[in-house]
Amino acid sequence: MNSRIDGAFRLREGPLIVPCVVAGDPSFAESLQISRELVDAGADMLEIVMPFSDPVADGPVIQQAGSRARTAGMTTDRLFDLVREVRAETGIPLLIMTYANIVIRRGIRKFYRDAADAGADGVVVADVPLEEADPFCAAARMAGIDPILFVSQTTSPERREQILAKAGGFIYLVAALGVTGTREDLSPQSIDLLKVVKERTSLPVVPGFGISTPEHVRRYTHAGADGVIVGSALIRMIGDRGSSGSGPGNRIGDLVRAMKLAARGG
Amino acid sequence: MYALNELEEAYRTIIPSDEFREEMKYYLTEYAGRPTPLTFCRNLSADLNCRIYLKREDLLHSGAHKLNNALGQALLAKCMGKQRIIAETGAGQHGVATAIAGAVLGLPVEVYMGEEDIRRQSLNVARMHMLGAKVSAVASGSRTLKDAINEALRDWVTNVQDTHYLIGSVVGPHPFPSLVREFQTVIGNEIREQVMAKEGRLPDAMVACVGGGSNAIGMFAPFLDDPVELWGAEAGGEGLAGRHGATLCGGTPGVLHGSYTYLIQDAFGQILESHSISAGLDYPGVGPEHSFLRDTRRVIYRPVTDAEAVDSFLYLSRTEGIIPALESAHAVGLARQIAGGRGPDDILIINLSGRGDKDVAQVAGLMGGNP
Repeated sequence: MNSRIDGAFRLREGPLIVPCVVAGDPSFAESLQISRELVDAGADMLEIVMPFSDPVADGPVIQQAGSRARTAGMTTDRLFDLVREVRAETGIPLLIMTYANIVIRRGIRKFYRDAADAGADGVVVADVPLEEADPFCAAARMAGIDPILFVSQTTSPERREQILAKAGGFIYLVAALGVTGTREDLSPQSIDLLKVVKERTSLPVVPGFGISTPEHVRRYTHAGADGVIVGSALIRMIGDRGSSGSGPGNRIGDLVRAMKLAARGG
Repeated sequence: MYALNELEEAYRTIIPSDEFREEMKYYLTEYAGRPTPLTFCRNLSADLNCRIYLKREDLLHSGAHKLNNALGQALLAKCMGKQRIIAETGAGQHGVATAIAGAVLGLPVEVYMGEEDIRRQSLNVARMHMLGAKVSAVASGSRTLKDAINEALRDWVTNVQDTHYLIGSVVGPHPFPSLVREFQTVIGNEIREQVMAKEGRLPDAMVACVGGGSNAIGMFAPFLDDPVELWGAEAGGEGLAGRHGATLCGGTPGVLHGSYTYLIQDAFGQILESHSISAGLDYPGVGPEHSFLRDTRRVIYRPVTDAEAVDSFLYLSRTEGIIPALESAHAVGLARQIAGGRGPDDILIINLSGRGDKDVAQVAGLMGGNP
């Protein structure tokens, strides 16, 4: 396949830095502005999180961000508006991350078609296990979207092989047991898992969950990661920004730049 | 998936073993007080002009049917070598049942409970503390049962290796709905035996309340292939035009907590806050088997409003001297609706899933201290 995601990994100079933004947090306009800041700071790919009322895979930071966004009027229609606006300004791959019911309620095929029309390249559905993934993966491929699947420390070797066979774009390696959220230490098991998965697939492997510091990025880079996904560490700063909107916004860009440097061996 | 596969394996291998069944039998009979009576209610029967029986889960140790499942799963967790049990609770009955099971089986228990429910059900919170369980307040979302389940699921994925998530109803991902049904079917099995002994025939109709739907599935499961009318009473709240918890009567299909089932949700798939006067029915989803039974029309589901439930709470208290849980009062309310037009020989069984001590303060408050 010749997707924008494949291209980004093929042409990369170091592991890709993939920051997350919660669509509509704290408002539609501000999340668009944050997306710009992330792109300007050197994001190689952007994950746009569509909030769900019951985000069981997320820790408090992304829960609260999603809650702010939904209170401010975020809907699936507005998500695609946001993707469209970001797409108009950048050529980097865009991922949508959400939960199964958001996709199902819109109609699985329609969701992926709308995502493709808006300019998204990959979709991650947090609560769809391998056993239920077929209709999602089929709709994704039909729409030209990469279906991105998870592998975690508790994934059995048999299921892991099936996931590697079904996935597209890259493998999302769940780097910590549990939910999203910043962590001080990264789990040594996730480094081992990364190495195992790298040996078993030709797809790029990208850890996420708990990656919070340039040091974490350095460790995964050394272990062979093709990129890193950074969510709560950035989204927490949006919450800290408060309603004033200005000021520490640069800190988001600073963290992305520092991680980028770490990924390039700095 | 790892934990679910492990649980399914345990379900298949451990539960059918003689050893497990013997242990369960001991705890259910010697400890919990099974079988519970099937009480013929003279006053109710005279008033409603048919033969009314109550299945007395209110007399089970802990005061509600929840203990059947809590003992079963806790015993299973112990056999699986788990070191710790977590649970969610709405009304607090499942939390209490889990705390009891943890205490008697020697497993530490942590119960997640929405802040709103902690406020509504302080008596059960105190009971859980007395029983040695840790109660963790959940402040996210609507601060009720659904959010407590979210938080329990987050705990479980984080501590999956040594922890069993003892879910309290026929909801959640497979195999939980089947597992919980397995442990609650004792209700229906006993009813069949008892009604055959007393009446020499099956009942004409049975009624249970449905939140997640565990007491209803437990009652209905052994009768699905029999010519017995099955009725489910949902939380009608303020009525279907207002805030309610009647998922099957007023919802649409979707995925929540690992099940494809009817949900109370908006046009974009965001789950809406349910409402019921009874914390145990205040859930915007429902067990997936109930969705199936609704679609096949094997079970008829009807909403019973808050006002009707409170009225039936007092009605049963005064007619039979039994104070029902507000959840169970919904079943009494629906029974009163469907009793009309029946013959005096018709047999109608109501599942009295729990007793009402926990709700007395709330109902007294509604009556302004003037019952």
